[in-house]
Parts: sequence; C-alpha cells; structure tokens
Amino acid sequence: MNRRIKEKIIEGFFFLNGIIVIGILVGIFVILVRNAWPAFHDVSVGDMIKWPSWNPDAYTTPTYGILPMLMSTLMVTLGSLAVAVPVGIGAAAYLSDVADPRVREIAKPIVEILAGIPSVVLGFLGIVLVGPMICKLTGRYNGLNAVNGSILLAVMALPTIISLSEDALGSVPRSYEEASMALGANKWQTVIQVKIPAAASGILAACMLGMGRAIGETMTVLMATGNAAEFPGSFLGPVKTMTATIAIELGEVAYHTTHYYMLFVVGLMLFIITFFVNLAADVFFHKHTRAR
Amino acid sequence: MDNKIRMKAENVDFFYGRQQALKGIHLDIASNAVTAIIGPSGCGKSTFIRLLNRMHELVPNAVLTGRILLDGKDIIAPDVDAVDLRRRVGMVFQKPNPFPKSIFENVAYGLQINGMKDKGKIEERVIESLKKAALWDEVKHRLHDSALGMSGGQQQRLCIARCLAIEPEVILFDEPCASLDPISTHKVEALILELKKDYTIVIVTHNMQQAARVSDYTGFFYMGEMVEFGRTEVMFTRPRDKRTEDYITGRFG
Ligand SMILES: Nc1ncnc2c1ncn2[C@@H]1O[C@H](COP(=O)(O)OP(=O)(O)OP(=O)(O)O)[C@@H](O)[C@H]1O
Ligand SMILES: [Mg+2]
Repeated sequence: MNRRIKEKIIEGFFFLNGIIVIGILVGIFVILVRNAWPAFHDVSVGDMIKWPSWNPDAYTTPTYGILPMLMSTLMVTLGSLAVAVPVGIGAAAYLSDVADPRVREIAKPIVEILAGIPSVVLGFLGIVLVGPMICKLTGRYNGLNAVNGSILLAVMALPTIISLSEDALGSVPRSYEEASMALGANKWQTVIQVKIPAAASGILAACMLGMGRAIGETMTVLMATGNAAEFPGSFLGPVKTMTATIAIELGEVAYHTTHYYMLFVVGLMLFIITFFVNLAADVFFHKHTRAR
Repeated sequence: MDNKIRMKAENVDFFYGRQQALKGIHLDIASNAVTAIIGPSGCGKSTFIRLLNRMHELVPNAVLTGRILLDGKDIIAPDVDAVDLRRRVGMVFQKPNPFPKSIFENVAYGLQINGMKDKGKIEERVIESLKKAALWDEVKHRLHDSALGMSGGQQQRLCIARCLAIEPEVILFDEPCASLDPISTHKVEALILELKKDYTIVIVTHNMQQAARVSDYTGFFYMGEMVEFGRTEVMFTRPRDKRTEDYITGRFG
C-alpha cells in the first residue's frame, strides 16, 4: 500500500476517535438539556434561586430551591481543596525534591493505590472513623457533615494533585534549581521560592483537576455529609450536595414530573460546572507546557 | 606564584558512580587573579569547578576523595555547611539561567534567602550589584520586567549581578560566554577583568583566545587529569607538555 494512503487512513482513524469523543460529550449535553427543559415551564429561574429549600415532596407546595445544594457542593469542594491543596503541594514538593530516592520509590506507588480506593470504602470510613472523630472534637452528636465530606474528598483529590504537581515540579528546568542552590539556598527554599512559582500553572492545573474530581464525586459525600435539604448553616452542619441529591432521588422519582425534570436541571448545572473547571485546568496546563 | 593562594585542590579524585571523572588533581587558585581551566570536551572541567562550591552534591552517587581548601580550611569536611560555602564561593553557569521572575527579584533573591529583610538595604544592594555587573544603564527603567525578556548577554550579566549581590569571595564561571555573541562576550570579559580586583576568579573556557585574554594562570585538563599548570603567558608561548601544545595550537579539541 502506498505510504500516503496509509498515512491518510491513520489520520482518519484518529480523527474518527476525536469525533466520537466530541459526539458523546455533545450527546450527553443534549440529553440533559432535553430532559431539563420542561422544568423551566413549571418553575421559574427566579423561584429556583429564591426558594430557601429543596423540598419536592412537600404536601402543599413543593419547593425546588437550588441554592442550598449549590452552596453545599461549593462548601464541600472548597473545604476539600483547603485540605488537599496545601497537603498535596507539600507532599509533591517533598517527593520531588527533598525525599530520599528510596522513600520516593515507596511513596509513589502508595499515592497511586490511594487513587484506587473505591469511594464506597471512603464513605464507610467517613461514617465509622471521621464522623466519630468530629463528634469527639466538637462535642456534637452527629459527625456526618460538610467537614467530614471535605476531609474524605480531600483524600480522593490528593493522588491527582500530588502526582500531577510532582510532574510539574519535575519539569522545571534543572538550571533554576542549580542557580538557586549556588546562591546558598537550601532545598526547601529552592522548592518554595523558585520551583513552585516556576511550575505554578502546572500545579494550578493539578488542583483544578483535583477539584473536578471533588465536585463530581457522589458516593462518598452521600454517605458522609448527612444530606439535609436545608440551606447549610455551617461547616459542622449536614449538607446535601448536587450529586447526592441526584443519586438519592433519581431512582425513586416519578417519570416526567417537575421533580424529575428539576433533577436534570441539577445534572445540567453540574455538567456545566465540571466542564468549565476541566477547561480551566486544560488552559493552565497548556500555559505550563508552553512556558517551558 | 605571586599572589596569595586562596583555594587549593589536593590529590582530588572524583567519580560519577563507578566512572572516574577526575584523577589526582593538584591545583592552586591565586587570590585576586583569574585562573582559567581549559581542555577538550569531556575532560572534567565542569566536574572540577563544581567541586569548588560543592555543587557536585546535587548529583546522586558522586564520590569525592582528596582535599579542597579555602583559606587553608577543608571545605569538603562534614562540619562545613555547603550553604555557607556557596555564599562565599559563587557560580555563574554556561547557559544564562535567570529565574522566571523580574530583573529586580532575580538579584534580590539571594539576599532574601540569606535573611536580609530591610527593603531599602535590599534595593541598595540590587542597584549596586547591577552597576558592578555593567547592566544598570540597560535595565534601570525596566527593573520589574521579566528577566526572560532580556537578551542572552544581558541575562548572563544579570546572573553575574545575582552572584555579586551576596558578596562572595570567589566566583566560578563555567563557560560564561558559550552562548553569547561577540559583543556580549567582550562585555563579560571586560567585566571579569574588572572583578578580578575584588574577587578570586576561576573560569572554564573552550576558547583559547579568551583564556589568553582574561586569565593570569591556566590549567590544562586532559581526560580527567591536569596535564599542565602555570602562568598563562608561559603556557601559551612555551608549553612543556606535548598534549598541551597540541591542544592550544588546535591540533585536537
Ligand atoms: N552527572 C553526571 N553523571 C555521570 N557522568 C557525568 C555527569 N556529568 C559529567 N559526567 C561525565 O564526566 C566526564 C567529565 O564531564 P564534564 O562535564 O566535567 O566535562 P567538561 O570538561 O566540562 O566538558 P565540556 O567542555 O563538554 O563541558 C564526562 O565523561 C561526562 O560524561
Ligand atoms: Mg562543561
């Protein structure tokens, strides 16, 4: 076969793959929109925002306030980032620059194993381990709350943040490190003041991807956060995230009711949020690779 | 030798893992003079100069035996802190390697990590260092622009300024002009001659003319050994060893 034809076929194959992926993405979006659309006939956007609670089963007037769950997702996500970002970057800096090579050889696979823990197992740990610990520390009766979910999601986001940040740090030119050391900096000063700033966009991308993971995670938060439909009062109160709402209610809801359509509205919002978070991660990532 | 001896290598052997890169090096480095190290590629010039401020410790499996003295004190001894040593023995690299920060921050960095907090003092020292490195006039209006936007020659002088800011006593140059154009090279050479008054300088170079122009003493390295050492004008006019003669007349290299 002539080489040009061969090349064309290979090119076509990859093009087709790309088209399929984009097609799936667009398909999901279209299904979400079509199922969410009727909700806007029944409920106005103003009401969705104004209603203080999500209470579709109310006997008299069901309410579909989306702010409580949006707030819940936001709290759990930001809470998890508050834990995972400093710990993750610190661990990445330690692994890439300070740790003994032997320690690194052992620690890296452990981080990867962490990524493989099923979310149900983490949720279980949230109930039997983290929850009671929170009760002990705060004197509350119920340890299933936003803090619990944040801690568990941090554990889930950590492998992504650690390994991608470590890659970003590893791709900082060695000459920066040498220049810094030659000026009398120690390893930590070099990592914190030279390498992390130089790898900033890659690290930011890592954190965004970790965040994408936290926003979309369902099982863990469902098990660990208490699932109260009210507007979240504090980090120590129960919350019900967007993912948990969909997972709990979609199985039981009657087809083609307002409640059913509203769950798709929630799904659509989740889709849009994660899409933009991942897009942002991608933009930072490309900035990082181009800067080198 | 006319000048006081500042640094001294005594019977230095160096290995990358099992591969020997330096064999029995003896070398004296005179104070307030420029000592050039020449030799064909791969002969161990960079390896040697990096020992003088213990940069070799960044390489895993590096093994060093023998002694390296600074003012008579062994700098390889375990009780000597490499960080302290590197503040006294600065280094400028082959490829200009400014940090991806502003021009000002590049020079200020070494001061900050060494604990200088007073903003006014830092600024004073940054300006002084840029002036010493003959860069001030070119950058005084863009101190807060990224250092990566400068020309190669300016970047290299910035690296020199960065090194001068922490006031070392000895400055090591590893082929500082290798990636520079002739005009920038001339500026850096003039600067080295100027700096000689206050500092002890060691320079690795591939360029025979450069060694002849800037150095007072020259050591010729060949396959990990130092073949010949002496005053530059003597070595370039009457080399004792056949290999030195072949190298400086361009018969190999
Ligand atoms: N990090 C390293 N690990 C293993 N071997 C190395 C390392 N750095 C250098 N070497 C080897 O040590 C020898 C001396 O290298 P060195 O860089 O000192 O040479 P050089 O004289 O500076 O050469 P050039 O003029 O090309 O810069 C070479 O054989 C090189 O392959
Ligand atoms: Mg070299």
